[in-house]
Amino acid sequence: MNSIKEVVVVSGKGGTGKTSVAGALVRLLTNRVAADCDVDAANLHMLLNPVVIEEKEFVGGKKAVIDASRCTGCGTCREVCRFQAISPDYHVNQYQCEGCGACYFLCPAGAVDFSSSLAGTCYVCRDKYSKPFVYAELLPGEENSGKLVTMVRNEARAMAEKNDIPLVIIDGPPGIGCPVISSMTGVHVAVAVTEPTISGIHDLERIIDLAQFFKCKTAVIVNKGDINPDYSKRIEEYCSTKGSNFLGTIPYESKITEAQIQATTILDIAPDSPASEIIRVIHNKLLTILEEL
Amino acid sequence: MENVCALSAERDRHTREVSRASGKNAPSAEPRWYGRRQDYDMKIVIASGKGGTGKTTVAVSLAYFLARSGRSVQYLDCDVEEPNGHLFLKPRIESQAPVTVMVPTINEKKCTFCGECSAKCQYNALVSLPGIPPLVFPGLCHGCGLCIHVCPENAIAEGKREIGRLEQGVGLEDISCVHGILNVGEAMAVPLIRKVKDCGMDNQARIIDAPPGTACPLAATIGDADLAIMVTEPTPFGLHDLSIAVSVVEKLGIPLGLVINRDKNHFPPLERYIEKHSLDVFTRIPEDRRIAEHYSKGDIIISALPEYASRIHDLVSNIERVSSTTIIGGAA
Repeated sequence: MNSIKEVVVVSGKGGTGKTSVAGALVRLLTNRVAADCDVDAANLHMLLNPVVIEEKEFVGGKKAVIDASRCTGCGTCREVCRFQAISPDYHVNQYQCEGCGACYFLCPAGAVDFSSSLAGTCYVCRDKYSKPFVYAELLPGEENSGKLVTMVRNEARAMAEKNDIPLVIIDGPPGIGCPVISSMTGVHVAVAVTEPTISGIHDLERIIDLAQFFKCKTAVIVNKGDINPDYSKRIEEYCSTKGSNFLGTIPYESKITEAQIQATTILDIAPDSPASEIIRVIHNKLLTILEEL
Repeated sequence: MENVCALSAERDRHTREVSRASGKNAPSAEPRWYGRRQDYDMKIVIASGKGGTGKTTVAVSLAYFLARSGRSVQYLDCDVEEPNGHLFLKPRIESQAPVTVMVPTINEKKCTFCGECSAKCQYNALVSLPGIPPLVFPGLCHGCGLCIHVCPENAIAEGKREIGRLEQGVGLEDISCVHGILNVGEAMAVPLIRKVKDCGMDNQARIIDAPPGTACPLAATIGDADLAIMVTEPTPFGLHDLSIAVSVVEKLGIPLGLVINRDKNHFPPLERYIEKHSLDVFTRIPEDRRIAEHYSKGDIIISALPEYASRIHDLVSNIERVSSTTIIGGAA
């Protein structure tokens, strides 16, 4: 089946309510696989209460380790390392090491070991709505988050194919760097959740540019809209100039935090609130966009 | 190395454009410190794990408070994917410089298509096909230079690829501001983060705004800090991400203090976590809609809402306590 559609929820700036909104959309979408690609700070599973069906190890890139008993102290490794990862007493700082292997391949004494290790875990699950959900946890401080994102997306697509599900909805990471790019390439629609603040707008422009660079259709949701109604309006205008679908403005709602504490969505604890109403409208608009693809 | 300060040609080219652009944003308030600024040598990283917990709010307020207390302050924004500190400190940009990383360029006359370079490249940035020189994929290259060393024909030279730029200027209260801006579509944030950190000057209170998350960009930013301050919020997501970020800081062996932002309802799991790990809470900032409203406009909170200056004063007192230094003791 080639017609699986992928939607990613992104934000640029962190803390705009991306995961709370994604969680609500995941609850409303009836025939979907959910995936959390914010692999170094995954949160969506806390709303979905998943049962893990399968755990898969994620092996990261290789890292160098110098064996002191074989090291002659010639200094070649320190000369060739461009990441200043090797100390004057020939210890490799694992957080600085980018795993390029220059020291390993060029050490005249063969004193460098170079091997991969476990860098994270990918979980294939069934969520509390009895639907497929995939998420992952990168070990703290690790690299290669982009590769783990790709692993999550591949597992999610495999679940969709196996169960004949037409849609994968992805909770993406903040920022615009490596893991965001991995979450976005080849996706059909990027939904940006922003907030009407000077930083929110600044970051929104960058994430929309990134999504359009990757030829994704874009859509925008303003969260906490009444914090600054002027800026909310400005974002709406910005969307029309960028050819981006404006999906709606969610008002500031303290019950969204309350829902998070209860490990559920605003739709469950305050279904009649203005925020819940607008989220249902946003969901319908999103379905229309997906039908038009 | 490309130090922004040294790139005078680059600066000249941009000066006119930049001074015009920054004119309307120039700080209007007169600096309140008229004496000689005093040195204070410390690198303080403000980090968060979860995004949007108030990291930039705290970092900017701390920088502003220290500058108001007569210290020389440098603000280094390492959140290069989405730098925001300058929106609040409003520096006049005095210099801009592109930041590049190394990429291989293949001398097609010398290349014998042996495949040595692509076999050793760990990032699949070089791909060998029979009978032609290797294809280079610059977006995958980490700039390690291994291919240059391993090519038996000396057919690979060092080229350059721009990944973003550095901007530097003086903002409110004479705070020296440096930020990196990653090019849109660029995956390599860490080399740019390192360049921002390289601009750090001795004998300054260096306030370093870290990127969100808990992966390599955070580790690269925190690496050699004297102190890490984690800003969190009393929510399940905030606590979950805090606990991962704290483990990064603890593995690096850096002293740590917490700031609890949007402190409204008592959230017992966070308090239990703090107690269990014997973490030090440096200050708490209450939930206040006015803070969000001022933040939205780019105001510095302790300037717009002076009643919160005492919260940042608590933060500074705790920094003094754990670092056994005096920051504001001698200040007016």
